[in-house]
Amino acid sequence: MDYQPISGIPALIAMSLKVTVIFTVVMLVVAYTTLAERRVSAWIQDRSGPNRVGPGGLLQPIADGIKNFLKEETLPATASRVFFVLAPMLTIVPALVTFAVIPIAAPLPTPWGVVDMIIADVPIGILYVLAVSSLGVYGLVLGGWASNNKYAFLGGLRASAQMVSYEVALGLSLVTVLMLTGSVTLTEMVWQQQQLDVWFALPLSLAFIFFLISAFAETNRLPFDMPESESELVTGYHTEYSSMKFSMYMIAEFGHMVTASALMATLFFGGWDLPGMWDDAFWYQGQLIKGFASDGSVLLAAPAVWKTLITFGAFALKTSIFLLIYIWVRWTLPRFRYDQVMALGWKVMLPVALAYVMVMAGTILSLDEVGLQWGFFYGMVLTAVSALCTLFFLLFIDRGHTIVGAAALERQKRTVHLPRRASAPTPPPAPVAAGQEAR
Amino acid sequence: MFATVLFYLFAGVAIGGALGVVLAKSPVASLLMMVVSLGSVAGTFVLMEAHFLAAVQVIVYAGAIMVLFMFVIMLLNLGHDYEQDVKMGAFAVVSFAVVGVMAGMLATRFGGLEGDGPAAGAIAIDAALAEHGAVGAIGQTLFTDYVVPFEITGILLLVAIVGALALAKRNVA
Repeated sequence: MDYQPISGIPALIAMSLKVTVIFTVVMLVVAYTTLAERRVSAWIQDRSGPNRVGPGGLLQPIADGIKNFLKEETLPATASRVFFVLAPMLTIVPALVTFAVIPIAAPLPTPWGVVDMIIADVPIGILYVLAVSSLGVYGLVLGGWASNNKYAFLGGLRASAQMVSYEVALGLSLVTVLMLTGSVTLTEMVWQQQQLDVWFALPLSLAFIFFLISAFAETNRLPFDMPESESELVTGYHTEYSSMKFSMYMIAEFGHMVTASALMATLFFGGWDLPGMWDDAFWYQGQLIKGFASDGSVLLAAPAVWKTLITFGAFALKTSIFLLIYIWVRWTLPRFRYDQVMALGWKVMLPVALAYVMVMAGTILSLDEVGLQWGFFYGMVLTAVSALCTLFFLLFIDRGHTIVGAAALERQKRTVHLPRRASAPTPPPAPVAAGQEAR
Repeated sequence: MFATVLFYLFAGVAIGGALGVVLAKSPVASLLMMVVSLGSVAGTFVLMEAHFLAAVQVIVYAGAIMVLFMFVIMLLNLGHDYEQDVKMGAFAVVSFAVVGVMAGMLATRFGGLEGDGPAAGAIAIDAALAEHGAVGAIGQTLFTDYVVPFEITGILLLVAIVGALALAKRNVA
C-alpha cells in the first residue's frame, strides 16, 4: 500500500486539531506537574501533601486555578504599568510555542493520508527551539525591572545573566548531536537514533549530562533557581505579582520544564522511538520508509493507529521521567551560590564542552574515514569514547570530594580504631580527609 | 497572496518598530521596539525561505545582544538626565536626509516587483535547499567558496574579544 502525506483541506483540519489537542494536553500536563511537585515533595519529606480536593488530591490544580482567578490583582504604585502587564505574557508565550517542533508519536495513517505527529516540522528544527527559548528571558528581566522593587530587580538581573551563560553550554552540548545526525530537524534526529539502534544518551553521554544541567539552569529550577531564591530575594522577579499574572509565571516555569523534558527525551532518548524496527518511520524522498535493505533499496514503513498510540505512550513516559527527575532534584539538592553558578557555567562547562566537541568531531571523522557503517557498532565505538570523557569529567568535577574523599575517610576511621601501643604517642586524627585539602 | 499579506505585515511592523526605537521616551521601550523590529525582519527572512538566517537573527540579535543591552540599560538605570544630551535640529535634518537618499537609491535599484534577478536566485536557492537542507545550504557555501572571509571574520571577532578583555583588565590591575 502506498502512503502519501495528508494534503489539502483535510491537512488544514488535521493541523488545527493537532494544535488544539497538543496545546490542551501540554496545559493539562503543566497543571498536573504542579500537583506532582507537591505530592512528590511531600513524599520525599515524609508528609501527606495536598490530598483533600478530589480523590487523592487529583482536583487540586483546578482549585488552584480558581483561586488564582479570584485573587485580587495588585499593581504596585511605582511600577511601570505597561511593562508590568506585558512581562508575564512575554514569559508564557516562548514557554508554550517551543512544543510545536517536537515530534510526539509515529505518523498516523488516516483515510486522507498520513498525518505527521508534530505541529510544525520546520526545516531549522532545533534552532527554532534555541531562538524561542532565548526570547524567554525578556519576560523575567522585564517583570523584575517593571516591578520597581529591589528584590525583583535583582532576580531579573540574575535571570538574564544566568540564561545567557547557560545558553552557551546548552548550544555546545547540542553541537555534538548535530554533528552526529548531520541535520537540525527533530524528526530526523529521532530517525537517526532509530537507525543507529542506540539512543544518543549513550554515544553522547557527556553532551546529555551538559544538556541536563543547562536545562535546569535555563528553566530556573533548583539547584539553579537564582532568579527566585526565596531565602535571599523573597521570590525574585515575580515578588510583586499576584493572581493570574503570578499564575502565568508559574505556568511558564512548568511549561519550560515540560518542554525541556520533552526535548531531552527527543534528543537523547529516541523521542517516541521504542527498541526494534517495527515502529521506525521517516519521509525519505516522498516515501514513508522504515529503513534501508543491505543493497541500498528502501524498506517501506507500515504506519498503524496502534503504533502511533504506543509510541505516543513511550514519548509521554520518557517525558514524565524527566519531569520526575526535575522534581526529585529540586527537593534533594540545596541551592548554589550565585558565583558558583557563574563559575560552573563559564569555567567548567564551557571549556569542557568545547573539548568534548573536538573529541567527538575527531571520533566521528575517523569513523567515517575508516568507512564504518552507520549502525550499532558505530554507536558502540562512540559510546566507549564518550564514556571515557564522562569518566574524566566526573573525576575532575568531583575534586576528590566524593569518590576519593570517601576512601580517605574510611582509611582515617581505620587508623583511629586500630589498637595502639601504650608507649607510642597518640597520633592526632587528620582534621580533614586527604582529598578535601584541595578544596 | 497570503505570503504577500504577511510580507506587508512584517515589513510594516519592522518599520514601525524601527521608528519606535528612535521615538520612544524610555530606553527600555526603545530596546523592546528594537527586538520587535529584529523579529519582524526575521519573519521576512522566513518568507524568503531563509530559515537559517531567521533563526540566527533571533538567536544572536534578539536573544543575545539585545539581552546584554537590556542588562546594561537596567544596571545603569537611566533616568531622564540623558535627554538633554540628545540634540535635535541639525543632527535630525542631516540623518533624515541621509536615510532619504539611501531609500531613494534602493528604490531606483530594486524598485518595482518585476525583474529577472530574483527569479534566477530563487531557483538556485530552491535547488540548494533541496540538496543540503536549510542549514547545509548556507554551510556548504560558507565553508567552500567563502572560507577565507569566514575565517578572517572569526579572527576579527577574536581580536575584538581580546581587546575587550585587555581594556577591562587594565582597570583592575
